[in-house]
Amino acid sequence: MPTVSMTVNGQAVSGEVEDRTLLVQFLRENLNLTGTHVGCDTSQCGACVVHVDGDSMKSCTMLALQANGADVTTIEGLAKGGEMHPMQQAFMDNHGLQCGFCTPGMVMSAIDLVAKNPNPDEATIRSELEGNICRCTGYHNIVKAVQQAAKNMGG
Amino acid sequence: MVENGIGASLRRKEDNRFLTGKGNYTDDINRPGQTYAYLLRSPHAHANINSMDISAAKSAAGVVAVFVGQDLVADAVGGLVCGASVTGKGGEVNKTPPRNVLTMDKVRFVGDPIAVVIAETLAQAKDGAELIAVDYGELPSVVSTSAADKPGAPQLHEECPDNVALDWELGDKAAVDAAFAAAAKTASVDLINNRMVTNPMEPRAAVGEYNSGTDEITLYMTSQNPHVHRLVMSAFMNIAPEHKFRVVAPDVGGGFGSKIFTYNEEAICAWAAKKINRPVKWTADRSEAFLSDAHGRDHVTKAEMAMDADGKFLAMRVSSHANMGAYLQLFSVSIPTLFHGFLLAGQYTTPAIYLESRSVMTNTAPVDAARGAGRPEATYLLERLVDVSALEMGLDPAEIRRRNFIKADQMPYQTPVVQCYDSGDYDASLDKALANADYDGFAARRDEAKGRGKLRGIGLSAYIEACGVAPSAAVGSLGVGVGLWESAQVRFNPTGGVTVFTGTHSHGQGHETAFAQLVTERLGVPVENVEVVHGDTDKGQFGMGTYGSRSLPVGGVAIANACDKIIAKGKKIAAHSLEAAEDDIDFAEGNFTVAGTDKTMNIAEVAFTAYVPHNYPEGVEPGLDEIAFFDPLNFSFPAGAHVCEIEIDPATGTLEIVNYTAVDDFGVLVNPMIVEGQVHGGLAHGIGQALLEGCVYDEDSGQLTTGSFQDYCMPRADNLPSFNVDYAPTVPIHNPLGVKGCGEAGAIAAPPAVINAIVNALGIKHLDMPATSEKVWRAAQAAG
Ligand code: FES
Ligand code: FES
Repeated sequence: MPTVSMTVNGQAVSGEVEDRTLLVQFLRENLNLTGTHVGCDTSQCGACVVHVDGDSMKSCTMLALQANGADVTTIEGLAKGGEMHPMQQAFMDNHGLQCGFCTPGMVMSAIDLVAKNPNPDEATIRSELEGNICRCTGYHNIVKAVQQAAKNMGG
Repeated sequence: MVENGIGASLRRKEDNRFLTGKGNYTDDINRPGQTYAYLLRSPHAHANINSMDISAAKSAAGVVAVFVGQDLVADAVGGLVCGASVTGKGGEVNKTPPRNVLTMDKVRFVGDPIAVVIAETLAQAKDGAELIAVDYGELPSVVSTSAADKPGAPQLHEECPDNVALDWELGDKAAVDAAFAAAAKTASVDLINNRMVTNPMEPRAAVGEYNSGTDEITLYMTSQNPHVHRLVMSAFMNIAPEHKFRVVAPDVGGGFGSKIFTYNEEAICAWAAKKINRPVKWTADRSEAFLSDAHGRDHVTKAEMAMDADGKFLAMRVSSHANMGAYLQLFSVSIPTLFHGFLLAGQYTTPAIYLESRSVMTNTAPVDAARGAGRPEATYLLERLVDVSALEMGLDPAEIRRRNFIKADQMPYQTPVVQCYDSGDYDASLDKALANADYDGFAARRDEAKGRGKLRGIGLSAYIEACGVAPSAAVGSLGVGVGLWESAQVRFNPTGGVTVFTGTHSHGQGHETAFAQLVTERLGVPVENVEVVHGDTDKGQFGMGTYGSRSLPVGGVAIANACDKIIAKGKKIAAHSLEAAEDDIDFAEGNFTVAGTDKTMNIAEVAFTAYVPHNYPEGVEPGLDEIAFFDPLNFSFPAGAHVCEIEIDPATGTLEIVNYTAVDDFGVLVNPMIVEGQVHGGLAHGIGQALLEGCVYDEDSGQLTTGSFQDYCMPRADNLPSFNVDYAPTVPIHNPLGVKGCGEAGAIAAPPAVINAIVNALGIKHLDMPATSEKVWRAAQAAG
């Protein structure tokens, strides 16, 4: 089996994977980073979103081998020194999550959204989050959270 | 005033773990030596299994075991059970065809499981399943709700002639017919309540584990009600006795009803773990969830209203077919009957109501409770019919509702369809909703939109819901085979922290926070010192779980009652320590005080004394740990008025919700932030049903056409607006906390509000859900 090496949440990691192993499987099964979730099998739901070299990416739609040498950040890598990332904090402050299953992917997508649109209006947030499905919140509070985080992140 | 008690929008305790990736969902759990299960499912909607050869699969690489239905039967594993026995026309109880865990003779829907392959890896299990040779003898199938009981339709079960599981009626048909004959005006609408796939974002999953040393099975699973799952798998399926069987529902990623039921796969994991003496894991992928989760709704209905010359409702007549799918799931026939029929009075004084409801079997996945369960179907047909009635009468939709409302001073109100509402002020919620939505300004907005080439419409929905189903005796007499009480245990630890065991289960509702607030309010213990435990049959006492918006109105009261027992015992202990009479002890905000003095003792000190009883009242047991079971006197009756305003581009059929206003009566709000979130989520579910979601089976092949998120349209952020949420509370006389359930209201109220707005914009009588752009465009073109 081929070996794959990458940096995940600032740490160099490597492991043996099958050619067909998806990045999300490598994260969840090899590295036990179970914060990244799988909500579908058609690349629709966004529960699996992580950052690969700074861009949000559906980790169910990328082979582990394609991430060889990449810098990957998962939900577990966001909080620094026990302090939540402003996006995590904004989700908490605005009740932007209920069951929490879509949340890691939603937060990772939202961070990328704000990085690319520092001052997003509601319509932009809604259209940019179109690739993340949440069954619980109706998105209202997610939109509010992203707006607050964008402010706090200095947009 | 207690800090962080009832009424505080406290941030949720559970969020830290969910936001940092530390949640613990079933698929996150892996056990040493674990194997993986993969189910072979029928690719046909209806077929005889002529033969099946599993030998090649058994010897495939990595395969540990292959089981078929006969293996479970040989082990005396019982089939899946239906918990409903509802009495229909002629005193006939529903016919419940048997269902094996793995189907043996004849498959009846696409996805019907016939074998399980267990292997070292999931990939090997899948590869093994490929090697199973099945010779199917295909049969014609029927998937359509309205066609299932027609002459000549393919028959699913011997037990159900004409595919009818139950033919049910409610009300006095003769009186209703007479009222129609004498009515000044009548209105009628034919409608479909579209089939939905519940789709919590976490697919179902299970990990079974067997300990041969203790002969105990542990099953981690995605459950809304772990004790009930254990009970059913123990009592009816013979998996293990309850005391040797632990069911753990860890963090669960949404349920909305679909994780109430006992399914094949979870039972297989528990049984097979013992059989092969290794842990067995199964996780549904989304395609499998579409095929195998119980679906919701799927009614075809005719609804009629008889009115006097002023638009006063005299009688209502409803005839409905409900699709049950291929087998009766847990609640099944009780949904289109009891949960549906009992809601048909809505907010109105309609004196005579007749419902005839046929539950039919089809070659589709089983249909059961899904967020709202029967009540969205009832509300949709009623609130559509009321709008059609307004059209017939030439009355404003708000006005016809007001003319027919049950008035606040008529509460408690006995409806003709069993329910007795305990509270509500429907005029108040409608008035507030109309004001919040600027209903009076609509005409000007419509004209302005017209100038831009847009069609603007406004729609109302005045709904009532009956949740927190109770009391147990009534539930039993109606034919639902459970008690619907709830339990709680409130345990002081010696150092003053409180552990609360609830029999409900949280899968997004925030119980760990809201229930802690309840305890803080009652006992005056800082909220950070209260921990709520749920979801593990080995930790807490038996509980019925979470569904039907019951957790706070039923489970919350159990917690409050256990707190009151703590206070009562604490008074004895404090009286002894403070050298006063028990009757002289007051309790407030965490302190026991001798009335009229400053002699006081904090509840944490009392707890310590209870565990270190050196100086202790005679005849009082040590410890401070109380349990309570609460069986309510009545259902909970949340209600409200919603207003939806939309704009349609007639050239494209594109539709935008420009304003959605909800005014709900949930009684007392324990955590308003959480309640508002429940409203938002319910609205999204209801708007999803109205505009986007529709589960479709191909009429010829019986294949599930909408089997993934690519084909089944889930509401996404850009399909929805921000919501305008407000409240008009009343006091429910039957609920000791003054609370009402809030989890399903949005899903119940929204569909008719949205459709009423669309037909208003288009100037038509009716449009079936989901009102997709194509349908709206066609209707707009036809309406000219
Ligand atoms: S798991 Fe659904 S998009 Fe990746
Ligand atoms: S919080 Fe449950 S799916 Fe989004």
